[in-house]
Amino acid sequence: MRSLSTARVLLIALGVIVVASFLPLWVTGYILGLLTIAYYFGVFAMAWDLLFGFAGEVNFGPTFLIGTGGYTAGILDSLYQPPIWICLVAGALAAVTGGVVLALPALRVRGPYFGLTTLVAVLILQNFVVVAAGLTGGEIGLTVPDVISISDTTNYEIALWFMAVSGAILFSLSRSPVGLILQASGQDAVQAGALGFNVTKHKLAAFIISAFFSGLAGALLVFYLSTASVGTLVDITVGVQIIIAAVLGGRRTILGGVLGAIFLIAMSEVLRPLGDLSNFVVFAMALIVVLLFPGGFFGLLTGTKESG
Amino acid sequence: MLFWQILIDGFAISSLYALGAMGFALIFGVSGVLNLSHGALMVAAVVAAWAAGNDLHVGPYVGAALGVAVGFAASLLTYFLIVRPLQHTRKIREEEKEIFILTATLLWGIMIQELIAYFYTNNAKTVAPIVEGVVSIAGVRTPANEIFTALVCWLAIGLLWLLVNRTRAGKAVLAASMNPRGVTLLGIELSQVYIAVWAIYGVLVGIAGVLLGMFLGVSSYSVGPLTASAFAIVVLGGLGSVSGALIAAYVVGYLETITAYLISPAYRTIPALLLLIAVMYVRPRGLLGRR
Repeated sequence: MRSLSTARVLLIALGVIVVASFLPLWVTGYILGLLTIAYYFGVFAMAWDLLFGFAGEVNFGPTFLIGTGGYTAGILDSLYQPPIWICLVAGALAAVTGGVVLALPALRVRGPYFGLTTLVAVLILQNFVVVAAGLTGGEIGLTVPDVISISDTTNYEIALWFMAVSGAILFSLSRSPVGLILQASGQDAVQAGALGFNVTKHKLAAFIISAFFSGLAGALLVFYLSTASVGTLVDITVGVQIIIAAVLGGRRTILGGVLGAIFLIAMSEVLRPLGDLSNFVVFAMALIVVLLFPGGFFGLLTGTKESG
Repeated sequence: MLFWQILIDGFAISSLYALGAMGFALIFGVSGVLNLSHGALMVAAVVAAWAAGNDLHVGPYVGAALGVAVGFAASLLTYFLIVRPLQHTRKIREEEKEIFILTATLLWGIMIQELIAYFYTNNAKTVAPIVEGVVSIAGVRTPANEIFTALVCWLAIGLLWLLVNRTRAGKAVLAASMNPRGVTLLGIELSQVYIAVWAIYGVLVGIAGVLLGMFLGVSSYSVGPLTASAFAIVVLGGLGSVSGALIAAYVVGYLETITAYLISPAYRTIPALLLLIAVMYVRPRGLLGRR
């Protein structure tokens, strides 16, 4: 994949997106609904890949950022009903604040220690949502009075183009010098610092960017589902699914996350006849990919080998 | 009265936490592996003991033994099926193996959880206790099972200490946790040490699981929280330090019990989580950490 230039990859992706934007002409509203969710998940996975794949931060808590963004937007809407775009901006800003809070320990502790901190952040958010049930709707979930649109097609197009724009920005960033510096800081922070790069500044930027897209996507998802609940936004299993989507698609590819997300949603649909066993099969397949093809789908597609 | 109740309850729960986290710390100390399927292995042991009592109608001792056996087998299976292939593969760069083992054990744990939910539903399962009845300590009516739990935990911890410090195989394990390369130079096969550690871990997980099943009961939903609490205790104590994990288990166990009794059971886990965050900021390597 390295052999393809950034511009060419973006051009191919644009072609795929344009084709995908005509899907509402052929498929049913049900499939559009599934794809809408898959696209938002794709954004979650891409934002996670920027932090993990490039900055090397083991983030078990992508849902901390998503939940902060989603719940902020949802609570604001249920309390004051401002125009939806204000809720979305507020959600994204809240997530960015969350990203900065999360980045502070990351600059001090590394590896598994940071992983645990992010896990704890998710648990604290989850506890907060349950304890502050009057504000957040608790375990039942928060009903959001407004939706962006009730048309399947409109919702689908919003998710698709939001994913396209986020993907283009994240991908270009990862291919830019900033992406290289991030990768260097992730692999050897001391040496990257010795080469004159400001590791702290770049890592903080990575957290803020990842948080921005996670929070905005979370807020959009809330307005699509017109509900915010722990089970869809915050729970650790949601975070695990995002991580699986990104790893399945291929780490350090950004765009792979979208493939992984679509694959996960499609598989759980195809395997629905298996009932409760379908999750088991999906996770088993993910495990096999991790064990046998660590490069992920993108690695398989482009035939790139991980250097040993 | 309340003081004694907190003291006794907290002691039993903390001992259980200590036993559960100890194996987790041992594995990390020796091989640098964080096993995120920990909770799933524990629940598997509980469900085996429960199913043995419920479906096969065996006595509590046989059921408990069966539970420990399943914990042991599941632990070795995890090592040979998941961890070992990832440690030996050439497809993944050395510095990235850690995250791959984390991801793979996480997936493996969820698979076990899904299988248990499929065959035995999500309902909570309580294993029939080996000792029944209630005794009164300092005016507090305490289930005898609670005392039994604490006793067995400490017996197991004591045996582990003897094994590591007084036997040849145990000393090899201890040496491997200090300097893996040095051990290989002395002619000890490192993979033998790993197998030994995973076997010990399996027995500990089995015992901790079965005791937990008798004491509080578990469901397939307990998988995540159990892994998280072991992870938290081990990090709080300092990764790789078994005695640190022991102290941290008591800190977390008592903090939770005090919160549950004095404030509200709903807030049970919050102070321990906040403490963990505080320790991360002030002393990132934990109480007794050396890495």
